Amino acid sequence: MSYLSGFADIGLHDRPHVGGKGGSLGELRRAGIAVPSGFVLRTAAFERFLATVEAEWPVRERIASLGAEDLSAMTECCAAVRSRLEESPLPREIEEQIGLAHAQLCGSERMAVAVRSSATTEDAIDASFAGLQDTYLWVRDLSQTLRRIRSCWASLYSLESVSYRRKRNLPEHGVAMAVVIQAMVDARTAGVMFTRSPTTGDRSVVTIEAAWGLGSAVVGGEVTPDRWVLGKITGDIAVREISDKAMRHVPAREGGIEAVPVAEASRRAPSLSDEELQTLRGLARKVERHYGCPQDIEWAIDRVSGEVLLLQSRPETVWSSKESPPVARAAGNPLAHVMSIFGGRR
Amino acid sequence: MSRQQPLAGFPLPSSLEVVAGTERAQAAYPYTVQFGPGDDQRFWFYNSMHFPEPMSCFDMVTAEAAYCALGAANTRVHCLPTTLGIDHRIVNGRVYIGGNAVTDPGEIARRTAEFQKRAFYYYENWETLYAQWKQKMLGLIREAQALPKPALPEFEPLEHVHAGRGIASNHYLLETYQRALEGYFRMWHHHFEFLLLGYGAYLTFFAFCKKAFPEIQDQTVARMVAGIEAEIFRPDDELRRLARRAVELGVDGRFSDGVPAGTLIRSLEEAGPPGEEWLRELAASRDPWFNINVGDGFYHYHRSWNDDLSMPFAGLPGYIARVRAGETLERPLQKLQEERRQLIADYRELLGSDEERAAYDQMITLAHRVFPYVEGHKFYCEHWYTNLFFNKIREFGALLAANGFFADTEDVFHLTHYELESAIIDLMNSWSTGSAPRGPQHWPALVAERRAAIAQWAKHATPPALGPVPEVIDDPAIVMLWGITRESLDMWLKAGTDSASNEIRGFAASSGVVEGTARVVKSVEEIGRLQAGDILVCQITNPTWAPIFQKIAGAVSDIGGSMSHAAIVAREFGLPAVVGTGSATSRIRDGQRVRVDGGRGIVTLL
Repeated sequence: MSYLSGFADIGLHDRPHVGGKGGSLGELRRAGIAVPSGFVLRTAAFERFLATVEAEWPVRERIASLGAEDLSAMTECCAAVRSRLEESPLPREIEEQIGLAHAQLCGSERMAVAVRSSATTEDAIDASFAGLQDTYLWVRDLSQTLRRIRSCWASLYSLESVSYRRKRNLPEHGVAMAVVIQAMVDARTAGVMFTRSPTTGDRSVVTIEAAWGLGSAVVGGEVTPDRWVLGKITGDIAVREISDKAMRHVPAREGGIEAVPVAEASRRAPSLSDEELQTLRGLARKVERHYGCPQDIEWAIDRVSGEVLLLQSRPETVWSSKESPPVARAAGNPLAHVMSIFGGRR
Repeated sequence: MSRQQPLAGFPLPSSLEVVAGTERAQAAYPYTVQFGPGDDQRFWFYNSMHFPEPMSCFDMVTAEAAYCALGAANTRVHCLPTTLGIDHRIVNGRVYIGGNAVTDPGEIARRTAEFQKRAFYYYENWETLYAQWKQKMLGLIREAQALPKPALPEFEPLEHVHAGRGIASNHYLLETYQRALEGYFRMWHHHFEFLLLGYGAYLTFFAFCKKAFPEIQDQTVARMVAGIEAEIFRPDDELRRLARRAVELGVDGRFSDGVPAGTLIRSLEEAGPPGEEWLRELAASRDPWFNINVGDGFYHYHRSWNDDLSMPFAGLPGYIARVRAGETLERPLQKLQEERRQLIADYRELLGSDEERAAYDQMITLAHRVFPYVEGHKFYCEHWYTNLFFNKIREFGALLAANGFFADTEDVFHLTHYELESAIIDLMNSWSTGSAPRGPQHWPALVAERRAAIAQWAKHATPPALGPVPEVIDDPAIVMLWGITRESLDMWLKAGTDSASNEIRGFAASSGVVEGTARVVKSVEEIGRLQAGDILVCQITNPTWAPIFQKIAGAVSDIGGSMSHAAIVAREFGLPAVVGTGSATSRIRDGQRVRVDGGRGIVTLL
């Protein structure tokens, strides 16, 4: 059987098998939105891997028997499970499949990949596990990729995740994880955008933040990004704040990311052209329309091709969780609305 | 200019001093518009939107007639619940106005009941009443056109005598004058018949959009409501048509930049049948579409295209070049309609619930219903009719000048309309008695004094507002027509303290950012100075400026809101524009580099 799925073949309904992140990427591809190419290692691979480990050394039982309050026992147990998983070899069949797909993805240029945990619960609107699983960027070769895949799986047994499950007394059976392996984008400019105003909640604007280099500098708050507010529908640029961007993140030669200074001439230059802003706006509308609710999107512009790629999209949660009464309701007599202007203060 | 300035407010009217040496000119305005006791207790603001320049005595007739009609509509006809009319005063040639709010809850309730019987009837029967309005307005225009040119023959024409007319020609001077004046006052009643109701329905939708989409730009709401085939586009449309016809008739070679209109017309007259044909086309366009004046119709010197062909003709070479290049100049009406429909649908989709969508539908439907009037009335009232009226007064000016009352026809506008009547009666008497009129001894000195006073006043800044700042501005008329809110007052109060800033703020009228050389254009005669890529900086722009919009890169005006004609035309041309800055023409130097950010309403001096 194949343990892998291409993005083109999956969607959100496949979440139990490909995780939230994987399902979301497939969903975006289907909507005609460009995402970095890659594949998903399905949860079945994890189950198979875990089965081979458990044949000699039970894992789930060990975790399930932990007391929610016994922190020191939990710490010790998690460390043991994680190192066991990280050190166990992958079943040959799975390793071969990954090897083929990896070679195809990275080609002769030996591009770097991102290895991302794709938990079956993550990215849901009530993403309780969000942020608790690991993502590894700029992974340089197959053996590192295989290692990081195991690390992703092992992150299911991080102290935070386990303690979360134990406190809620969640069953261990069925706790599984898919892994996304995706080409890294060597970004000229990258950033985030919200399909509504973070300050007023206005759904008719798109707020875009961007800086030179990889998006990690923006997401990690290490650089003050340029900021624009565009009319979602009109494209009018209502706000342009160009900041001083002293550094940028670039892929490090030996893997990972490093911060380098930005050339003097570029520091105060806008990191996006007006045309790119409009492309991003179009992308924002497409993604939002696709999901049917406001989104929080990470994107990057490929340094070589100039293509705008979507890295991640999540539902916006701050404003969406606020209940607000309708601004106005239909009136029996439509003319009654004018009394809001002529009738004086209420 | 102010002696005392209360801490949290504007100077009191009583503290404003008349500029030294202009006291007599100030005293020439009627007693009804001089500041007096009691006025210190009220809040006033300078109506720089309609009256941006010091007013000559005659031009005050517009303030008088307009506020008379506006107040009647609000106070007595539609019975607006929370407001009566607007009072006006003048000092140093500057018109200050103050609203008259209704605050007593019982009175508001009583007026609300009346309002709903009256205003709602208008809304419900809008199309019928508006069709009727157009007929009334065209009738009024025909009446004004039919008024005879004032003239005094040496002897009464024999046919009058033989017909037993019995009334001599001098009487008809008074009759014509009074009918002209009466027609002008009547026109202003027509002007306000629907206006507040129209703006109110528009603002209802506007306020809804601002609440539902707190960051929506004014111009976007304006685009959702604005008509595609409104009268304001017609003059420019006609110009485009004439450009196309010039090419079709093969006379286009005669048009080039800088050729005076008179020279061009003579050259076409000599061009044989094709030239004559084009001139016939021109005549057809001129009546009525060139009855559009280069200002907003509030000053006698804002002449019409018909009176001064230099403005429309300035646009022809550019349009002709585009026709030759194979462009279709006609506005793509269907495409524009489709874009508007899509814009409305897209915002509708973003609303939070079906309940909101239902309310949105109701409000925009009403806004669309009323808007043809809001957009259309100006052509008939402020342009066409006003133009006829001022030109009629000009005829009296010519007659009086010919009889030695003044040196120049235009001097007549330095008399109030009351004084003008007395001068006309002076001339009537002199014609009848055979004695010399008294005017030639009386008026020239006064006219010179008043002209000098206006020049003086123009050099003095005047406070944007006077008197105590109200806690809230809750007067729909003031909010609607002048866009004044408590926030804008705070901005004005602050403006006095940070005039050193290199930014000038106004209304975001048409998106886009552009940098260029500012051309501060104070009158139509100066439009020849505009080079391709310049930023037009002017007091006010309106559809008459459209022909030069093809040439410039951006526009900035002192006066106007997001629904002003300047804004509409700028959006049509896709030009960045900031309107209603209040001070652009005084703060920007001619030739200075500026950046216009039409999406944010900011002009930056570079």
